[in-house]
Amino acid sequence: MQTPLLPRWGLAAARVLAVAGVLLAPLVTDTFALLAFTVYLVMAMLALSLAFIWGFGGILCFGQAAFFGLGAYAYAIGAINFGPGTGALLLAIAVPAAFAALLGYFMFYGRISDVYLGVITLAVTLILFNLANSTSGPQYRIGQALLGGFNGIPSIPTLTLPGQDAPLEPEGLFRLVGLLLIVAYAGLRWLLRTRFGQVVVAVRENERRAELLGYDARLHKLAVFAIGGAIAGLAGCLYANWGAFVNPGVFGLAQSAQIIIWVIVGGRGTLIGPMIGCVAIQWMVTALGGQQTVDTGLVLGVVLALFVMLIPRGIAPTVAGWFSRTQKAGQP
Amino acid sequence: MTPQASLMLQTRGLGVSFGGVHAVQSVDFDLAEGELRCLIGPNGAGKSTFFKMLSGQQLPSRGEVFFRGTRISGLPAHRIARLGLGIKTQVPSVFDGLDVLQNLHLAALRAEPSEAAARRAAAAVLERIGLGARRHAMVGELAHGQRQWVELGMILASRPALVLLDEPAAGMTHQEVRTTAELIREINRNSTVVVVEHDMAFIRMIAGRVTVFNRGEVLAEGSFDEVVSDARVREAYLGKKDVHAAQAQETAHA
Repeated sequence: MQTPLLPRWGLAAARVLAVAGVLLAPLVTDTFALLAFTVYLVMAMLALSLAFIWGFGGILCFGQAAFFGLGAYAYAIGAINFGPGTGALLLAIAVPAAFAALLGYFMFYGRISDVYLGVITLAVTLILFNLANSTSGPQYRIGQALLGGFNGIPSIPTLTLPGQDAPLEPEGLFRLVGLLLIVAYAGLRWLLRTRFGQVVVAVRENERRAELLGYDARLHKLAVFAIGGAIAGLAGCLYANWGAFVNPGVFGLAQSAQIIIWVIVGGRGTLIGPMIGCVAIQWMVTALGGQQTVDTGLVLGVVLALFVMLIPRGIAPTVAGWFSRTQKAGQP
Repeated sequence: MTPQASLMLQTRGLGVSFGGVHAVQSVDFDLAEGELRCLIGPNGAGKSTFFKMLSGQQLPSRGEVFFRGTRISGLPAHRIARLGLGIKTQVPSVFDGLDVLQNLHLAALRAEPSEAAARRAAAAVLERIGLGARRHAMVGELAHGQRQWVELGMILASRPALVLLDEPAAGMTHQEVRTTAELIREINRNSTVVVVEHDMAFIRMIAGRVTVFNRGEVLAEGSFDEVVSDARVREAYLGKKDVHAAQAQETAHA
């Protein structure tokens, strides 16, 4: 119901451009750059999942890395046991979604308040980190997949799409990641326009009022949390495909903190902002990795502090604000 | 007990205690379909807590609530709301980060079968509450009186069978109070209404049956004139000494 920044044709054009960009980019870039772009987009999908949960559902989840890691591990275990096909992909979505639903059930139906929600999700992530770390030794295996403890699971078979007999090449993986990201983004935008999506925003604004109007706030939060978990899991699955490797680092504290920073920098309350924030910060981190003068973590901290103090709304809402101001100035 | 299905709302022995404090002792309250009832009482008499128990925001410690013959005490708030009970809380409870039209739309969405019907209903209510010019204003930026109207508008748009209004005219100017009284009479055309108020002029304006609460119990019930001339009510409101003082004053005037 908000006045859109772009007219309808502009939005359609942006979609066509995005799809074309994803399909054509592998033709003009070298493999090294393509691999870097792929991981940027995988992480953008992770940022998108938190943008939805936090920005629209109002749930500050410090444990988005938990769903990401579960997706990566679930894909690895599935692919090793019954082949790198659609089954393993679906498992990587279903496991984190179910885990999010279960965790969400206890949190939302237990009426746990916002601050504790952050603490619990963070603790769950760290528990998974420790759990995955302590699985070294041949006795820790699921089917044929050795969990490998601190060393993780190496040489995960790469996804083979249905109807193909060879696993995805880097070009194919990039296109798949890009298309899935566009589908996830468009799907969430559509979802937010439905009755369900409108109620989700209402619950974020005022849970009590939503309930007094007859909406089940707990159920809506649970659904948002599970959907966010599923998308984060899909991102984890693609990440496992990208490196053919997963270790407990995916559950790490640094990973959890980064996702929050992407959303704050990109702009909470938008879907596109956190994806932009994510790509920008990753690009910055990569660029900083090539020098020895300043510590990357320090720069990241400074960037976060600057955003919180100077641009608290984040990139996307601030830029959108400029545009709507010039639009208003243009039409008196 | 067996509830009377002909009544809109019935409570039997309804009460709640916080530690040793009996906020509401034991209330038997009957409300017929189509009524416009005022609930008055001094501060701390338990009116708002009573409303919270009716709407499912506060679990009662004892007693039962029946809504059109169905037991609703113990149900979660959203289930009670779906049965057709709408409430305006004492402090306006609205969606501050959304605009006026979105607030009304979300309320209408519950009652209407489709998105388009909800949009029409929201637009109609918007005109009715006189905020058409501010339809795209964020509700959080509106004046207090306007926020109260947005909340009343949300209740209109969700078309509940029973409407509970907790101090709908609080903090309004005289003119705003009149508009609000009109709005309440309009809501009463299609819904049964219970209003909690302090403002006696306002209660006289909407002219319904009056129930007086005191110390978590029903003290008296009757027409406005009956209730205000009841000695017990005066005592509860003014204290014993003050009643004599007031009487002395009246005698002096006479």
